[in-house]
Amino acid sequence: MTTRLAARLGALSLAVCLGIASAQDAAEEERFRHLAGKLRCLVCQNQTVADSGAELAGDLRRELREQIRAGRSDEQILEFMVARYGDFVLYEPPLKPATLLLWAGPFALLAVALGAVAWITLRRRPAPEVRELPPEAREQVARVLGEKEPK
Amino acid sequence: MKRALIPLAIFLVIAGFLYVGLDLNPRQVPSPLVGRPAPNFDLPVLGDPERRFGPVEMKGRPWLLNVWASWCVTCREEHPVLVDLAKKKLVPILGLNYKDKPEEAIAWLKRFGDPYDLSIVDAEGRVGIDYGVYGVPETYLVDRDGVIRFKHIGALTPEIVENRILPLLKTP
Repeated sequence: MTTRLAARLGALSLAVCLGIASAQDAAEEERFRHLAGKLRCLVCQNQTVADSGAELAGDLRRELREQIRAGRSDEQILEFMVARYGDFVLYEPPLKPATLLLWAGPFALLAVALGAVAWITLRRRPAPEVRELPPEAREQVARVLGEKEPK
Repeated sequence: MKRALIPLAIFLVIAGFLYVGLDLNPRQVPSPLVGRPAPNFDLPVLGDPERRFGPVEMKGRPWLLNVWASWCVTCREEHPVLVDLAKKKLVPILGLNYKDKPEEAIAWLKRFGDPYDLSIVDAEGRVGIDYGVYGVPETYLVDRDGVIRFKHIGALTPEIVENRILPLLKTP
Protein backbone atom coordinates (compact mmCIF):
# COMPACT_ATOMS: atom_id res chain seq x y z
CA MET A 1 0.00 0.00 0.00
CA THR A 2 2.59 2.51 1.08
CA THR A 3 4.88 1.49 -1.77
CA ARG A 4 2.05 2.03 -4.27
CA LEU A 5 1.29 5.42 -2.78
CA ALA A 6 4.95 6.35 -2.87
CA ALA A 7 5.17 5.20 -6.46
CA ARG A 8 2.13 7.26 -7.40
CA LEU A 9 3.49 10.31 -5.60
CA GLY A 10 6.79 9.80 -7.32
CA ALA A 11 5.13 9.56 -10.74
CA LEU A 12 3.04 12.64 -10.01
CA SER A 13 6.00 14.75 -8.94
CA LEU A 14 7.95 13.56 -11.96
CA ALA A 15 5.09 14.60 -14.24
CA VAL A 16 4.89 18.01 -12.54
CA CYS A 17 8.63 18.50 -12.90
CA LEU A 18 8.56 17.51 -16.55
CA GLY A 19 5.64 19.85 -17.13
CA ILE A 20 7.45 22.75 -15.49
CA ALA A 21 10.64 21.95 -17.38
CA SER A 22 8.91 21.82 -20.76
CA ALA A 23 7.05 25.05 -20.03
CA GLN A 24 10.40 26.62 -19.18
CA ASP A 25 11.91 25.23 -22.36
CA ALA A 26 9.04 26.64 -24.37
CA ALA A 27 9.48 30.07 -22.81
CA GLU A 28 13.22 29.94 -23.45
CA GLU A 29 12.63 28.85 -27.02
CA GLU A 30 10.19 31.71 -27.50
CA ARG A 31 12.69 34.25 -26.16
CA PHE A 32 15.43 32.72 -28.27
CA ARG A 33 13.37 33.03 -31.46
CA HIS A 34 12.37 36.57 -30.58
CA LEU A 35 15.98 37.67 -30.03
CA ALA A 36 17.44 35.76 -32.97
CA GLY A 37 14.86 37.45 -35.20
CA LYS A 38 15.93 40.89 -33.99
CA LEU A 39 19.62 40.43 -34.74
CA ARG A 40 21.29 40.81 -38.08
CA CYS A 41 23.82 38.27 -39.26
CA LEU A 42 26.76 40.46 -40.23
CA VAL A 43 28.09 37.98 -42.75
CA CYS A 44 25.02 37.82 -44.95
CA GLN A 45 23.69 41.20 -44.03
CA ASN A 46 20.12 40.83 -45.14
CA GLN A 47 19.36 37.82 -43.01
CA THR A 48 18.63 37.58 -39.34
CA VAL A 49 20.67 35.48 -36.97
CA ALA A 50 17.67 33.15 -36.88
CA ASP A 51 17.59 32.61 -40.66
CA SER A 52 21.23 32.74 -41.60
CA GLY A 53 23.24 29.63 -42.32
CA ALA A 54 26.56 31.43 -41.87
CA GLU A 55 28.90 30.06 -39.25
CA LEU A 56 28.95 33.32 -37.32
CA ALA A 57 25.15 33.19 -37.03
CA GLY A 58 25.51 29.71 -35.56
CA ASP A 59 27.99 31.02 -33.00
CA LEU A 60 25.69 33.91 -32.14
CA ARG A 61 22.75 31.52 -31.71
CA ARG A 62 24.86 29.48 -29.32
CA GLU A 63 25.75 32.68 -27.46
CA LEU A 64 22.06 33.63 -27.28
CA ARG A 65 21.03 30.24 -25.88
CA GLU A 66 23.78 30.32 -23.28
CA GLN A 67 22.91 33.82 -22.14
CA ILE A 68 19.20 33.03 -21.97
CA ARG A 69 20.00 29.97 -19.89
CA ALA A 70 22.26 32.07 -17.67
CA GLY A 71 19.21 34.18 -16.89
CA ARG A 72 20.22 37.41 -18.59
CA SER A 73 17.43 39.74 -19.66
CA ASP A 74 16.59 40.54 -23.29
CA GLU A 75 17.98 44.07 -22.83
CA GLN A 76 21.24 42.77 -21.41
CA ILE A 77 21.65 40.34 -24.29
CA LEU A 78 20.92 42.96 -26.95
CA GLU A 79 23.34 45.36 -25.21
CA PHE A 80 25.97 42.64 -25.28
CA MET A 81 25.56 42.32 -29.05
CA VAL A 82 25.49 46.08 -29.73
CA ALA A 83 28.64 46.60 -27.63
CA ARG A 84 30.47 44.20 -29.95
CA TYR A 85 28.91 44.64 -33.36
CA GLY A 86 27.38 48.13 -33.17
CA ASP A 87 23.83 49.27 -33.85
CA PHE A 88 24.01 47.59 -37.24
CA VAL A 89 23.50 44.24 -35.56
CA LEU A 90 19.95 45.32 -34.70
CA TYR A 91 17.49 44.93 -37.52
CA GLU A 92 15.56 47.89 -36.17
CA PRO A 93 18.04 50.70 -35.56
CA PRO A 94 17.54 52.70 -32.34
CA LEU A 95 16.37 56.29 -32.55
CA LYS A 96 19.30 58.57 -31.72
CA PRO A 97 20.95 61.66 -33.28
CA ALA A 98 23.02 59.60 -35.74
CA THR A 99 19.97 57.71 -36.99
CA LEU A 100 17.57 60.66 -36.99
CA LEU A 101 17.84 61.12 -40.75
CA LEU A 102 17.08 57.44 -41.23
CA TRP A 103 13.91 57.59 -39.19
CA ALA A 104 12.67 61.07 -40.08
CA GLY A 105 13.97 61.18 -43.65
CA PRO A 106 11.02 59.49 -45.38
CA PHE A 107 8.53 61.67 -43.50
CA ALA A 108 10.53 64.80 -44.32
CA LEU A 109 10.52 63.81 -47.99
CA LEU A 110 6.77 63.20 -47.84
CA ALA A 111 6.25 66.64 -46.28
CA VAL A 112 8.37 68.28 -48.98
CA ALA A 113 6.44 66.46 -51.71
CA LEU A 114 3.05 67.42 -50.21
CA GLY A 115 4.25 71.01 -49.87
CA ALA A 116 5.30 71.05 -53.51
CA VAL A 117 1.94 69.67 -54.63
CA ALA A 118 0.05 72.22 -52.52
CA TRP A 119 2.22 75.08 -53.78
CA ILE A 120 1.73 74.09 -57.42
CA THR A 121 -2.04 73.63 -57.09
CA LEU A 122 -2.59 76.87 -55.20
CA ARG A 123 -0.44 78.86 -57.56
CA ARG A 124 -2.12 77.59 -60.71
CA ARG A 125 -4.39 80.23 -62.28
CA PRO A 126 -7.69 79.10 -63.71
CA ALA A 127 -7.25 78.05 -67.35
CA PRO A 128 -8.37 80.75 -69.81
CA GLU A 129 -11.61 80.00 -71.60
CA VAL A 130 -11.25 78.95 -75.20
CA ARG A 131 -13.47 81.15 -77.28
CA GLU A 132 -14.63 80.41 -80.80
CA LEU A 133 -13.29 82.82 -83.39
CA PRO A 134 -15.98 85.02 -84.81
CA PRO A 135 -16.72 84.27 -88.55
CA GLU A 136 -15.05 87.52 -89.76
CA ALA A 137 -11.83 86.61 -88.00
CA ARG A 138 -11.89 83.10 -89.45
CA GLU A 139 -12.19 84.54 -92.94
CA GLN A 140 -9.35 86.87 -92.27
CA VAL A 141 -7.15 84.02 -91.09
CA ALA A 142 -8.04 82.00 -94.15
CA ARG A 143 -7.13 84.94 -96.38
CA VAL A 144 -3.79 85.46 -94.71
CA LEU A 145 -2.97 81.78 -94.97
CA GLY A 146 -3.96 81.84 -98.60
CA GLU A 147 -6.74 79.34 -98.36
CA LYS A 148 -9.71 79.71 -100.59
CA GLU A 149 -12.38 78.39 -98.38
CA PRO A 150 -12.45 78.72 -94.59
CA LYS A 151 -12.56 75.28 -93.17
CA MET B 1 14.26 79.80 -67.26
CA LYS B 2 14.01 79.46 -63.50
CA ARG B 3 11.60 76.54 -63.86
CA ALA B 4 14.04 74.71 -66.05
CA LEU B 5 16.54 74.73 -63.19
CA ILE B 6 14.30 72.69 -60.88
CA PRO B 7 14.81 69.30 -62.60
CA LEU B 8 18.50 70.09 -62.82
CA ALA B 9 18.62 70.76 -59.07
CA ILE B 10 16.76 67.50 -58.33
CA PHE B 11 19.11 65.64 -60.62
CA LEU B 12 22.16 67.12 -58.90
CA VAL B 13 20.87 66.17 -55.44
CA ILE B 14 20.15 62.58 -56.50
CA ALA B 15 23.45 62.32 -58.35
CA GLY B 16 25.23 63.58 -55.23
CA PHE B 17 23.60 60.95 -53.02
CA LEU B 18 24.31 58.18 -55.51
CA TYR B 19 27.92 59.29 -55.91
CA VAL B 20 28.51 59.13 -52.17
CA GLY B 21 26.58 55.84 -52.02
CA LEU B 22 28.88 54.27 -54.58
CA ASP B 23 31.83 54.84 -52.30
CA LEU B 24 30.20 53.40 -49.19
CA ASN B 25 31.02 49.82 -48.39
CA PRO B 26 28.26 48.04 -46.46
CA ARG B 27 30.89 45.64 -45.12
CA GLN B 28 32.74 48.47 -43.38
CA VAL B 29 30.52 48.60 -40.34
CA PRO B 30 31.98 51.10 -37.86
CA SER B 31 33.15 49.18 -34.86
CA PRO B 32 31.85 50.32 -31.48
CA LEU B 33 35.04 48.91 -30.02
CA VAL B 34 37.30 51.67 -31.33
CA GLY B 35 38.17 53.88 -28.36
CA ARG B 36 37.35 51.13 -25.90
CA PRO B 37 39.60 48.80 -23.92
CA ALA B 38 40.50 45.66 -25.84
CA PRO B 39 38.38 42.79 -24.47
CA ASN B 40 40.34 40.47 -22.25
CA PHE B 41 40.95 36.83 -23.05
CA ASP B 42 43.04 33.94 -21.89
CA LEU B 43 43.75 31.51 -24.71
CA PRO B 44 46.25 28.76 -25.50
CA VAL B 45 49.17 29.65 -27.74
CA LEU B 46 49.27 28.03 -31.18
CA GLY B 47 51.89 25.28 -31.25
CA ASP B 48 52.34 25.46 -27.47
CA PRO B 49 48.94 24.65 -25.95
CA GLU B 50 50.36 24.48 -22.43
CA ARG B 51 51.12 28.17 -22.55
CA ARG B 52 48.30 30.66 -22.26
CA PHE B 53 48.31 34.26 -23.34
CA GLY B 54 46.19 37.33 -22.63
CA PRO B 55 46.26 41.04 -23.59
CA VAL B 56 47.52 41.92 -20.07
CA GLU B 57 50.96 40.70 -21.15
CA MET B 58 51.05 43.50 -23.74
CA LYS B 59 50.30 46.36 -21.31
CA GLY B 60 52.58 49.30 -21.83
CA ARG B 61 53.20 48.88 -25.54
CA PRO B 62 51.06 49.06 -28.64
CA TRP B 63 50.34 45.86 -30.56
CA LEU B 64 48.41 44.58 -33.53
CA LEU B 65 45.86 41.81 -33.28
CA ASN B 66 45.29 40.12 -36.61
CA VAL B 67 42.43 37.64 -36.87
CA TRP B 68 43.29 34.90 -39.34
CA ALA B 69 42.57 31.32 -40.29
CA SER B 70 44.04 28.79 -42.67
CA TRP B 71 40.62 28.38 -44.35
CA CYS B 72 40.44 32.12 -45.05
CA VAL B 73 41.28 32.99 -48.65
CA THR B 74 41.62 36.74 -48.06
CA CYS B 75 44.13 36.05 -45.28
CA ARG B 76 46.53 34.69 -47.91
CA GLU B 77 46.05 37.84 -49.90
CA GLU B 78 47.07 40.08 -47.00
CA HIS B 79 49.74 37.74 -45.71
CA PRO B 80 52.71 39.31 -47.59
CA VAL B 81 51.75 42.71 -46.13
CA LEU B 82 51.95 41.29 -42.62
CA VAL B 83 55.24 39.52 -43.35
CA ASP B 84 56.64 42.82 -44.60
CA LEU B 85 55.42 44.70 -41.56
CA ALA B 86 56.86 42.04 -39.25
CA LYS B 87 60.28 42.43 -40.88
CA LYS B 88 60.28 46.13 -40.01
CA LYS B 89 59.81 45.24 -36.33
CA LEU B 90 57.78 48.38 -35.68
CA VAL B 91 55.03 46.74 -33.68
CA PRO B 92 54.41 43.27 -32.29
CA ILE B 93 51.82 41.37 -34.33
CA LEU B 94 49.69 38.84 -32.52
CA GLY B 95 47.57 36.42 -34.49
CA LEU B 96 44.16 35.30 -33.35
CA ASN B 97 43.75 31.97 -35.06
CA TYR B 98 39.99 31.98 -35.49
CA LYS B 99 37.93 28.79 -35.69
CA ASP B 100 40.75 26.82 -37.20
CA LYS B 101 42.37 23.44 -36.68
CA PRO B 102 45.77 23.92 -34.97
CA GLU B 103 47.59 21.44 -37.21
CA GLU B 104 46.25 23.15 -40.35
CA ALA B 105 47.10 26.57 -38.94
CA ILE B 106 50.67 25.52 -38.15
CA ALA B 107 51.10 24.01 -41.63
CA TRP B 108 49.76 27.22 -43.17
CA LEU B 109 52.32 29.34 -41.29
CA LYS B 110 55.13 26.96 -42.29
CA ARG B 111 54.14 27.27 -45.91
CA PHE B 112 53.57 31.02 -46.18
CA GLY B 113 55.79 32.39 -43.40
CA ASP B 114 54.95 33.39 -39.85
CA PRO B 115 54.71 37.15 -39.25
CA TYR B 116 53.26 36.70 -35.77
CA ASP B 117 55.10 37.13 -32.51
CA LEU B 118 52.69 34.46 -31.44
CA SER B 119 49.26 33.22 -32.37
CA ILE B 120 46.54 32.33 -29.94
CA VAL B 121 43.88 29.75 -30.61
CA ASP B 122 40.23 30.76 -30.59
CA ALA B 123 38.85 27.42 -31.71
CA GLU B 124 35.22 28.17 -30.88
CA GLY B 125 35.19 31.79 -31.95
CA ARG B 126 34.18 33.08 -28.52
CA VAL B 127 36.90 35.70 -28.31
CA GLY B 128 35.94 36.55 -31.89
CA ILE B 129 32.47 37.45 -30.64
CA ASP B 130 33.97 39.64 -27.90
CA TYR B 131 35.97 41.48 -30.56
CA GLY B 132 32.98 41.77 -32.91
CA VAL B 133 34.69 39.67 -35.59
CA TYR B 134 32.47 38.82 -38.53
CA GLY B 135 34.72 38.76 -41.55
CA VAL B 136 38.18 37.28 -41.30
CA PRO B 137 40.73 38.80 -41.69
CA GLU B 138 40.30 41.65 -39.26
CA THR B 139 43.02 43.72 -37.69
CA TYR B 140 42.99 45.75 -34.47
CA LEU B 141 45.54 48.23 -33.24
CA VAL B 142 45.69 48.35 -29.45
CA ASP B 143 47.61 51.18 -27.83
CA ARG B 144 49.91 51.07 -24.82
CA ASP B 145 46.97 51.64 -22.48
CA GLY B 146 45.15 48.64 -23.87
CA VAL B 147 42.63 50.72 -25.82
CA ILE B 148 41.62 49.76 -29.37
CA ARG B 149 42.63 52.65 -31.64
CA PHE B 150 41.85 51.27 -35.07
CA LYS B 151 40.05 48.37 -36.67
CA HIS B 152 40.25 47.17 -40.23
CA ILE B 153 37.96 44.57 -41.75
CA GLY B 154 39.26 42.67 -44.74
CA ALA B 155 42.73 42.35 -46.22
CA LEU B 156 45.37 44.81 -45.09
CA THR B 157 47.12 46.68 -47.89
CA PRO B 158 50.48 48.48 -47.79
CA GLU B 159 48.50 51.76 -48.04
CA ILE B 160 46.46 51.01 -44.93
CA VAL B 161 49.58 50.07 -42.99
CA GLU B 162 51.40 53.17 -44.22
CA ASN B 163 48.57 55.71 -43.90
CA ARG B 164 46.49 54.46 -40.99
CA ILE B 165 48.46 52.15 -38.73
CA LEU B 166 51.99 53.56 -38.71
CA PRO B 167 50.89 57.18 -38.02
CA LEU B 168 48.91 55.93 -35.02
CA LEU B 169 52.02 54.22 -33.70
CA LYS B 170 53.96 57.49 -33.82
CA THR B 171 51.41 59.49 -31.84
CA PRO B 172 51.48 58.32 -28.25
